[in-house]
Amino acid sequence: MPLPRELAELQMEVEAVAQRYGLSTFPVVFEMVDYAQMNQLAAYTGFPVRYPHWRWGMEYDQLAKSYEYGLHKIYEMVINNDPTYAYLLEGNTLLDQKLVMAHVYGHADFFRNNIFFSHTNRKMVDQMANHATRMRRYQDRLGIERVESFLDACLAIENLIDPQAAFEDHYGLSDAHEEQLDPNEPIAVRSLPAKDYMDRYVNPPEFLERQRATLQQEREKRRRFPRSPRRDVLGFLLRHAPLDSWERDILGIVREESYYFLPQRQSKIMNEGWASFWHTRMLTRDLLHDSELVDYADHHSGTTAVQPGRLNPYKLGLELFRDIECRWDTGRFGPEWDACDDMAERTHWDRQTGLGRDKAFEVRRVHCDLTFLDEFLTVDFCRRQKLFVFGRERRKNAWVITSREFDEIKQALLFQLTNAGTPIIEVVDGNFRNRGELLLAHRHDGVDLRKDWAIETLGALALVWRRPVFVETTVRGKPQRLGHDGQQPCEEDI
Amino acid sequence: MALKIETDLGRFRQIVRGKVRDELRRFMARGEMIGRKGKNIVSIPLPRIELPRFAHSPGDQQHVGQGEGEVGSVLGPASEGDGGEGQAGNAPGQHILEVEMTVEELAELMGEEFGLPRIRPKGKKNLLAAHGRYTGIATSGPESLRHAKRTFRQALKRQLASGTYDPERPLIVPVREEKRYRSFRRQLEPQANAVIFYVMDVSGSMGDEQKEIVRIASFWIDTWLRSQYQGLETVYVIHDAEAREVDRDTFFRTRESGGTVISSAYKACRKVISERFPPEDWNIYFFQFSDGDNWSQGDTEQCVRMLSEELVPLLNLFAYGQVESPYGSGQYIHDLEQPFGEDERVILSVIEEKPAIPRAIKEFLSTGR
Repeated sequence: MPLPRELAELQMEVEAVAQRYGLSTFPVVFEMVDYAQMNQLAAYTGFPVRYPHWRWGMEYDQLAKSYEYGLHKIYEMVINNDPTYAYLLEGNTLLDQKLVMAHVYGHADFFRNNIFFSHTNRKMVDQMANHATRMRRYQDRLGIERVESFLDACLAIENLIDPQAAFEDHYGLSDAHEEQLDPNEPIAVRSLPAKDYMDRYVNPPEFLERQRATLQQEREKRRRFPRSPRRDVLGFLLRHAPLDSWERDILGIVREESYYFLPQRQSKIMNEGWASFWHTRMLTRDLLHDSELVDYADHHSGTTAVQPGRLNPYKLGLELFRDIECRWDTGRFGPEWDACDDMAERTHWDRQTGLGRDKAFEVRRVHCDLTFLDEFLTVDFCRRQKLFVFGRERRKNAWVITSREFDEIKQALLFQLTNAGTPIIEVVDGNFRNRGELLLAHRHDGVDLRKDWAIETLGALALVWRRPVFVETTVRGKPQRLGHDGQQPCEEDI
Repeated sequence: MALKIETDLGRFRQIVRGKVRDELRRFMARGEMIGRKGKNIVSIPLPRIELPRFAHSPGDQQHVGQGEGEVGSVLGPASEGDGGEGQAGNAPGQHILEVEMTVEELAELMGEEFGLPRIRPKGKKNLLAAHGRYTGIATSGPESLRHAKRTFRQALKRQLASGTYDPERPLIVPVREEKRYRSFRRQLEPQANAVIFYVMDVSGSMGDEQKEIVRIASFWIDTWLRSQYQGLETVYVIHDAEAREVDRDTFFRTRESGGTVISSAYKACRKVISERFPPEDWNIYFFQFSDGDNWSQGDTEQCVRMLSEELVPLLNLFAYGQVESPYGSGQYIHDLEQPFGEDERVILSVIEEKPAIPRAIKEFLSTGR
């Protein structure tokens, strides 16, 4: 539905302010929707059309219920697309709409300018609709159940992609990677040219022997399949699993969408922080009327409220951006600042550098959550924001604050953000035990896999790979191999 | 406007339905899992149907939070399943999906799962009789049914609105469109009525465990029979040495002590039947639960006589479920086997413990009577 005139004018006003502050976005298109449509959009992760799947139905069911019970209300939703689509909920007050619009311009700017979003398809709305059409066609041809069970299997592994590959062509699936080598070619060790009598000294035989051994090893490694562990499990399956063309297409769709959503998983804190940073600034300095101030403060504090046991990305991101701006405005960075340990001096530190705005824009361009927190989380900040680490205490069977030490907070935060909080799984061997079985490895970093889910996921993988699939991991300190052959799960110590 | 998501929602509901069906036997053995919501809705807790994925085990992880509190302060209780194999989520909380279903749907699933035949009510009394009642208002009809007051009101409204009403001379003349008539609505009244008698032994030997079994079994029997008859009545009778009719609540709560005279219950039921449920108009179901311990052999003989001569001929079904109790001898079922073993109106079943409930219910209901 097109915007009513009042809101269209409001949008122009907000956009002018956003541009004055230096936000640069694709054209932003607002749509007015009612709450049922809003819930549908939210269930479809913001897109007007997605391929048919029961998961959206489940999501919708829950959203609709919790809306009815008054547990939540979705205020804003934005899609990373050109043009950038955003939705306004019908019946919200003008102030709410203003707030949402300002917030949306923050997101839109982030989508357009953050480096991690640079590879995403900016015509994703169209692409999603294409995916939906293809999926429907397969359903019509093969029946809902068949397509669904394969799709379920693909969705179970949709997060097994390689964040590095996101920046490569076809997400690292171009042919350049697969150079073929002739296994019979003799191993030639390069030696330096030397006179006969000097040869023994210039090219010592032991060295040549060692070289030969290394090359031999290298060649062995190449014969392995894949040559080195691959994080992009989906890509590996797409290339090597014995799939029908429709299955390959569905797997490709899931992979493509997964890569599209990856940067959003990688930058939740920054993205929400940036949008909140700008909505507060734009509203309080430019857009608010006096009469709206109290309601605005109420709503803003609602979005940035903290609950024990939950980290609010809006709050954390907002405070970090403010902290960065303040530090670079007053020059609280660099060796001089780091070296200073006079509390009084630090409190009143002001070098009038005025670089805050520029720094903030730079940060929003080059960082993702992981690097953002690694770089800008400081001891002072942690203390001011009262961050803490909590964990489960088995004896009390309760969640308990375990530490307020900076190092531990930072470590826990970075762990949470590494690989978007999911375990790192790699393909190690596509011909395990020379039986065409698939071996994965879990890079154990202190936390076990959730075992029941892992086994079910392996079952899904076995459906795609058509042969038994295993993952090597560590369970309570002991190395174990979990597996599934499509019918039966299995596990063994190794 | 129809939403696109309806298709996905429908598919999701279908999947849930399948899950409930798969789990039905487990639910039947554990009655406390089913909650009633209002008159016609039950809510069934299912583990959230989720796509599996590789995930960190939530119990082992350290999380970051924000706010007040000393090291060691408790933030909230960790839920039961939060251990190594437990629930996901990066904060306290559980994922349980509450599925709501109508009792009819549940009965349908039950019928599918157990292959229960539809019940053929006896005689021709399963006809629904239509009664016409004048409850509605229509804009057309015969003059003899004109609703004067409504018609007057319509005309008055129009005159007030158009300003032609004169309070000095209140003359109201309705025109054609303003006339209102009483209208006739057909109401279906069930003719095939059914009544269930639940009879339970509440003597000292029946413990809470045994009553729980009876409660669960009667829930499912109720559910099924309700789906088969429009109007279903229930009569609850408890007995030890004496019998009395009680309400549902008392039926499950009463714990008496003392001996057991089963014939007292039969007498009481016989009386209720003859007073309120003439067998020619009613389909009568009789479910008796006991631990099988009767006071005396003499009374048992009287029971058998009463059953074969007075009760069973009136009933669609006589079902006897014997729950096992540490105190009871369990003799009664053997005494009944002799005379009624061949009678298809009589079903005898032993329910050792909760997991046997689904089997007993299947036995009770698969006669299709």
